[in-house]
Amino acid sequence: MKPPPFDYIAPETLAEALEAARQAGSDAKFLAGGQSLVPAMNFRITQPVLLIDLNRIPDLDYIRRDDGAGLRLGAMTRQRRLELDPLVAAEAPLLAEAVPFIAHPQIRNRGTLGGSLAHADPASELPVIALALDARLRLVSTEGERWVEAKDFFQGMFTTALAPEEMLVEVLLPPMPKRSGSAFLEFSRRRGDYALMGVAAIVRLDEKGACAEARLVFLNAGDGPLPAPQAAGILTGRKIDARTAEAAAAHAAEKEIEPLGNLHASPSFQRHLAKVLGRRAILAAAQRAA
Amino acid sequence: MSPNHRELHVTVNGTAYQSRVEPRLLLSDYLRHELALTGTHVGCEHGVCGACTVLFDGQPVRSCLMFAVQTDGHEIQTVEGISAGPEQLHPLQDAFWTTHALQCGFCTPGFLMTLLPYLETHSHPTADEVRQAISGNLCRCTGYQHIVEAVLLAAERTRQSSPESG
Repeated sequence: MKPPPFDYIAPETLAEALEAARQAGSDAKFLAGGQSLVPAMNFRITQPVLLIDLNRIPDLDYIRRDDGAGLRLGAMTRQRRLELDPLVAAEAPLLAEAVPFIAHPQIRNRGTLGGSLAHADPASELPVIALALDARLRLVSTEGERWVEAKDFFQGMFTTALAPEEMLVEVLLPPMPKRSGSAFLEFSRRRGDYALMGVAAIVRLDEKGACAEARLVFLNAGDGPLPAPQAAGILTGRKIDARTAEAAAAHAAEKEIEPLGNLHASPSFQRHLAKVLGRRAILAAAQRAA
Repeated sequence: MSPNHRELHVTVNGTAYQSRVEPRLLLSDYLRHELALTGTHVGCEHGVCGACTVLFDGQPVRSCLMFAVQTDGHEIQTVEGISAGPEQLHPLQDAFWTTHALQCGFCTPGFLMTLLPYLETHSHPTADEVRQAISGNLCRCTGYQHIVEAVLLAAERTRQSSPESG
């Protein structure tokens, strides 16, 4: 299992990388952490003509709090850094909670935030987190830049709003509102395996302790990160307890998610997992919001 | 030599190497075929088994998921570089030997390279934590039990030999 020959450049500026991408179009691939791209190349599932290695461009790996706007994360920030960073833990606890579930430490040492989002695997954690947190994504090309909401960025299995010549360079996570809490849970057969099902829950409480707003996004439950707005609506205006959490999770599991099933889990088992994990995540998020 | 070859300067186990490589040459194959450092084993070649784990600037990575050309200007450590000489075992290797933590030995270099930096930052790991730390390395012989014992033993011996760091 070796990739076929390809051309390779490792530009030292963003401008050079974007110019190379403009010239090569869809023949080129950006190489970020390579933890999904390189296996696909080893299997010859994907055969780029040109690999544009982003690892020598400075200034794409950062974690900064921007007062008012939120947390700014450079696209080349390694997942391992997200996992260990105190600012991420304080400002985006949902992200900090989900990252340790991404594969193994060796993978997270290389794998990047932007690479995982641009890859858009429906079974991966970061797209779910980006959608749950209303992330905004900055895409750049030689033509300029544009900001895309997470909900518009993910367009299906391994498909995003990125044009071939565009690069994702920054992720902006808006600040968590007051009286809000979040939780992430997933189930896999062994630590680090692809999860059979997973869920991110965010709950915001009003002053009386009832649910003002909720958000549920499921992983490996369809052809992309899968939101369950109706289930979230069931929670709105109510006190969150075991019964309401169960009702919302059951609705999401039975009516909203579209699990495809795989070797290790039938769709009905995935729905069962969604119901159990959904209930637990809603309760945990509500508890943390209080 | 094809014009598509690239100049590569990399330090492996403290020795500086200069090579010309094709961009598609995986780091694992570079170490084994070009440098004859065959201690790094190649199992699945798609990032699942952990047998090819090496240290890239001190951090464990899958050498089958990097291209050799990407290591230009960087430092690699392989299992050949962890002990002072062929007759001397690193304390972690010695603990593997003591607890019978290897049978066929194919996976062992990957386990060692994963665990070396781990033990530097975790002097009191629990058995559960060790299992998490080695979750990215597959072993088909031992059932992992003796590997976990080896790590706990290595941590204990390290604490005893340098009590101030415990």
